Amino acid sequence: MSGLRLRERLARRLRRDGWAALALLVPSLAVVFGIILYPLLRTLWTSLFDVNSPFPGHYPFVGLGNYRRTLANPDFWAAVRRTSYFTVVSTFLELGFGLLLGLLMNVRFKGRWILRSIVILPWALPTIVNGTMWRWIYNPEYGALNALLTQVHILPHYRSWLGSPFLALNMVIVADVWKNTPLAAFLILAGLQTIPRELFEAARVDGAGPIRSFVNITLPLLTSTILVILVVRTIEAFKVFDIIYVMTRGGPANGTQTVAYYAYLQAFSNQLFGYGAALAYLIALFILGFAVIYIRLLRQEVEF
Amino acid sequence: MGGAAAASRVSARRARRRKVDPRVRRRRATYWVFVYGAAIVVSLIILAPFAWLLISSVAAPRDLLARPLRWIPEHVTFSRYQSIFHGGLNDAADTFRAALVNSAIVAGSSVAISLAVGTLGAYAFARLRFPGRRAGLLLMLSTYMLPPIAIVVPLYLVMVQLHLLDTRLGLILVYCSFITPFVLWIMSGHFRTIPRELEDAARVDGCSRMGALFRVVLPLARPGILATALFGFLLAWDEFLYALIFTSTTHSKTIPVAIAEFTGRFTVDFGMIATGGVLAAVPPLLIAFVFQRYIVGGLSAGAIK
Repeated sequence: MSGLRLRERLARRLRRDGWAALALLVPSLAVVFGIILYPLLRTLWTSLFDVNSPFPGHYPFVGLGNYRRTLANPDFWAAVRRTSYFTVVSTFLELGFGLLLGLLMNVRFKGRWILRSIVILPWALPTIVNGTMWRWIYNPEYGALNALLTQVHILPHYRSWLGSPFLALNMVIVADVWKNTPLAAFLILAGLQTIPRELFEAARVDGAGPIRSFVNITLPLLTSTILVILVVRTIEAFKVFDIIYVMTRGGPANGTQTVAYYAYLQAFSNQLFGYGAALAYLIALFILGFAVIYIRLLRQEVEF
Repeated sequence: MGGAAAASRVSARRARRRKVDPRVRRRRATYWVFVYGAAIVVSLIILAPFAWLLISSVAAPRDLLARPLRWIPEHVTFSRYQSIFHGGLNDAADTFRAALVNSAIVAGSSVAISLAVGTLGAYAFARLRFPGRRAGLLLMLSTYMLPPIAIVVPLYLVMVQLHLLDTRLGLILVYCSFITPFVLWIMSGHFRTIPRELEDAARVDGCSRMGALFRVVLPLARPGILATALFGFLLAWDEFLYALIFTSTTHSKTIPVAIAEFTGRFTVDFGMIATGGVLAAVPPLLIAFVFQRYIVGGLSAGAIK
């Protein structure tokens, strides 16, 4: 078989593949971009105008004015600070507890499958149900947390857990960590299961204790898993909206108002559509940056 | 895995135990006490809030508002569940029933559509060589990560014009726009794990590419398709922002929106919200429990939310 004929056949195959691929992809492309492309461009367009009502009309062109206004607004930066606090604290707690829980689930013991079945439950619980449940637990007058803490005499009297700004933010973080630690734990568990047992045995023969082998074997081999958890949780935490909406509506005194919630308020309560659109684009760009990091990380692991 | 192997393992362990010196044995015992203790503490921390939600849904209002709180209610009532299933009692129960039906229809339909279109596209991404393949796949992944707030306002105006506001169809279409990229991403990974040789063999035997896809590849990918469908269902069932903005009545309101709406009111019996929460939690919890193996496998394969 001559090289030329082979190349020709390859080229033909490529052409045929191209058409086949297009045919197979058209339905997906239509479903996805048919729905999001126009709104995405429209948001970009809106962000360049001073739009302050939902009705079509002539609005003054302000160029990057909305973006400048956003970046100069102290409310925006306050929301960024709260979101950053929420993101950093919840992500690190989820990673820390997830690491411990992943290690525990990796130990071979009777009833391990029961533990795994229990641990997956908070992950599956709908976010809104989770928020509602914790809001009820934190209830200042009838809540289970107040009842528990006063009945065991840790707390002298009932208190309002969602009543002061900073405490409320931390209590929302507790609810978020309770729900999202299982995801981190299962990712850690999957990472642990790829580490060959012989490595630990070899380390033990060499006289390394459990802590040394954790630091020198487990942690280095989990690096990529840990990075994936950090990036994925950062993206999710930065988008946080549902749990805030249902637990505190951004209050008290805007203490739990995150950037996504702030953008939602600007567009839907204050009808500042241009400003809200600029905000939404800034959030999307920030998340896109993290998505690029996430993709880089995955590319090291899998070929696609 | 024979009984003999297990028996020999047990006897080996016994032999070892006879030999170890007491200090080591004590340390080993401490280790197991620690492992079981930790497992029990973790289980309690996870199960306690669930238990409280469940108790709140069946406790009489008097018990819920008692101080000091009675952990085990004196009066147990299933009337809230009855009023949701049989209707008639109050506004909240009727809303919850309608919302559960809406959620099931919206999540089921959007997953079915997304799987149908996304699986074909995923196959193209996994197997065919064409220009822009990788860029396309990455574009899809970014679309999936796009925050809804970036498109929700113009989308609202479009829905108004197309009379899709407050309809299940409108919500189904919007949900397809983020479940399809998810399906593309996950399924293209699954397809790549299926050996190409099987497909080539089918084509040598005279199958067309499509024939090979439907007769060989899809049947082999069934576990992956199932896992993807489950994840997609959970995503749709959980979605909140679009549903909050695009729905307003029981025609299309989904269960997260109904729950959030009643959570904000003070007049509603909290037990009713807990009941709605329990019912909203049952389908995803059952899925996670029954299909645990698929779910855990899928999580590590990149099906992350």
